[in-house]
Amino acid sequence: MGTLGSLRTKAVAAVAAAGALALVVGCSGGGDSVTGGGKKDGKVTITMGLFGVMGIKETGLLEKYEKENPDVDIKAEIAGDEQTYYTALQTRLAAGNGLKDIQGIEIGRAKEITETQSDKFADFAGTAGTDHFLPWKQSQISTADGKVLGLGTDIGPMAVCYRKDYFEKAGLPTDREEVGKLWAGDWNKYVEVGRTFKKDFKGGDVAFMDSASGLFNAMVYGHSEQYYNEKGDLIHDSNPVVKDAWALSADAGEEGLTAKLRQFQPGWDPGLANGTFATAVCPAWMLSHISEKAGAANKGKWDVARAPKGANWGGAFLSVVEKSPVKEEAQKLVAWLTAPEQQAHIFTEIGNIPSSQKALESDGVKNAKSEYFSDAPIGQIFGAAAQEIPDKQVLGRKDGTIKDTFSQGLALVEQGTARDKAWDTTMERIKKAVG
Amino acid sequence: MATSTTKAPAGEEPPAGPSPAGGPGTARRRSALLHRLDVKGAPFAFVAPFFIVFAAFSFYPLVYTSWISLHDVELATLDVMEWVAFDNYVELWGDSRFWNALVNTITIGVISTVPQLLMALGLAHLLNYRMRASLFFRVASLVPYATSVAAAALVFTMIFERDFGMINWALGGLGIDPVNWEADKWPAQLAISTIVIWRWTGYNALLYLAAMQAIPADRYEAASLDGASRWKQFTHVTVPGIRSTIVFTIVLSTIGATQLFGEPLIFGQGPNGITGGADNQYQTLGLLLYEEGWKNYQMGRSATVAWAMFMLLVLAFVAQRLIKRLRSRTS
Repeated sequence: MGTLGSLRTKAVAAVAAAGALALVVGCSGGGDSVTGGGKKDGKVTITMGLFGVMGIKETGLLEKYEKENPDVDIKAEIAGDEQTYYTALQTRLAAGNGLKDIQGIEIGRAKEITETQSDKFADFAGTAGTDHFLPWKQSQISTADGKVLGLGTDIGPMAVCYRKDYFEKAGLPTDREEVGKLWAGDWNKYVEVGRTFKKDFKGGDVAFMDSASGLFNAMVYGHSEQYYNEKGDLIHDSNPVVKDAWALSADAGEEGLTAKLRQFQPGWDPGLANGTFATAVCPAWMLSHISEKAGAANKGKWDVARAPKGANWGGAFLSVVEKSPVKEEAQKLVAWLTAPEQQAHIFTEIGNIPSSQKALESDGVKNAKSEYFSDAPIGQIFGAAAQEIPDKQVLGRKDGTIKDTFSQGLALVEQGTARDKAWDTTMERIKKAVG
Repeated sequence: MATSTTKAPAGEEPPAGPSPAGGPGTARRRSALLHRLDVKGAPFAFVAPFFIVFAAFSFYPLVYTSWISLHDVELATLDVMEWVAFDNYVELWGDSRFWNALVNTITIGVISTVPQLLMALGLAHLLNYRMRASLFFRVASLVPYATSVAAAALVFTMIFERDFGMINWALGGLGIDPVNWEADKWPAQLAISTIVIWRWTGYNALLYLAAMQAIPADRYEAASLDGASRWKQFTHVTVPGIRSTIVFTIVLSTIGATQLFGEPLIFGQGPNGITGGADNQYQTLGLLLYEEGWKNYQMGRSATVAWAMFMLLVLAFVAQRLIKRLRSRTS
């Protein structure tokens, strides 16, 4: 037995040890490409990581590009929720692995990326044919030393979406011009209309607006300085803009003008489908969500009116990872996807408003109407709203987190917590969140 | 697992001096060495894969987590670590969110574990009877366990929905005002416990059933000869007979309850779930860890919560040991 037996043992042990080692190594080692993209046999593969409904894949732009460039193969992966997406992106940036060649970046994260991760993204400065954006858009994704880390996709000018049938039942005007006049210039008037609505509405249990946080965001995002000042200091606790927005939103919450829903969370969708609220402050990109969730049964009941004041809520960028093996090809694709023609195409298909000035001025965008929203001229409404957006918007590293925390604070007020206590809790949480 | 091969095996072969290579002496010596290696080394070789994987995926992260917990680190800049010694722990001790999460973990743990184990015991007792289609019932009771947390939690979240959920609809039918299951503290904790109970009762019941079937039937016969009722038989024969299994399920459920995470996260839906509701009314320690790490991106503080959870488990078992020792001394 001796030699043979022990040899076998040795072999088994060696295989087992090697197997275990391979397991360990296998997880830390990467392939030859960190992004999954690459070139092979004259064919280029480009990978993309996107979130939400950016309209790039949904409107068939990728297929179009592949058809025009037969040697390019694009693989896009789309995460539904931006927060989940960004967390994964952060982890992958830290690990230097698992990234895609092209990554979408939401406006609330732009500052954090430009401040902490600028060396990980390719520079777009000086790329030909990228001077067609709104003046403020590209500055949001540029670093202090002039590096441009991405190109803009859409922006989020505001309007108010409302249910015509409910307005009629409350004795309010239903024409979008007149509805817009009801609250022109002042968010206080919007809440005042809500009080009238609550008093006069006959026909069941319907709240005036979906949530207090929608109103809060719209008010805050209408100003240059929001949660940070230009020096980069946090001013969320002293900025009168934030305080005013809090006060008015808390009023609406306390007086029961809201349906106490949380936007973009599952409870919101049945609210849309069953019509438990009459208005929602809606950035352009929200229209596709409303029409999808409210469904065919509510087609023609919704309409869009001008918001009291201009504001920008949301919008995104496309960036290319510096380590990508197909950096040049990916940058070319991004430039094409964000070109005026493609932005206009996305707008006419699903309603995301272009960040390109040139696209905004094109006839296709200007004359666009939304069939679902009672043929509202959304091109005009949002195009005009886009021009009202402050030319300078100071972004901060933790904008996204701070916004979410304020939304929760307002949910507390809606649930019956005293507003001062909810404010204190919110301040405490933000202090923790910003480190 | 490296075993020394340089020492000559004592008493087997006299030191023969330099012998020509490949000679019969060397061959025998090598064979003896291999035999020794076979006996002494092989067991280590067989367990090595587990320990290597354990070291890479459990021990190393454990140690590294403790190292991180002594620093200020953000997820975006993991290479920039600022040494803060035990500041994170001190801060956590003074953080009301930590105590809130700890209390929530305990209350949800109790209202999910206690009914769950009691119901499992009853269910196992019933399944232990001779009855028709017993196999079907046994398999059926295990089905919830085989369901993924996400699917189960999602369905229950819909059932407990405030405006259009099934439960509030039924309550409305009975003329009872709808309950705001998510926003109010105790309803929310109750709803989350329901998910846990639904998923784990059948699993525990099968463990109990297996233990019950190992109890010799003559004990029951003896008990019934002595005139013990069904209930007496249950309390005096069945329960003592499966005592060790009961302890095992309690240990497992305690660990599970301490780490409760998926159910409240999904129940709260999105960002609201991470904080355990707007008022943190059902934020567990697992969720607090996640909030610090993946919402606030503060890895140092997140690692601190992880270690606090680990310490709590250690504490709980030390306490349990002490109580057991004290009780055995008094009895």
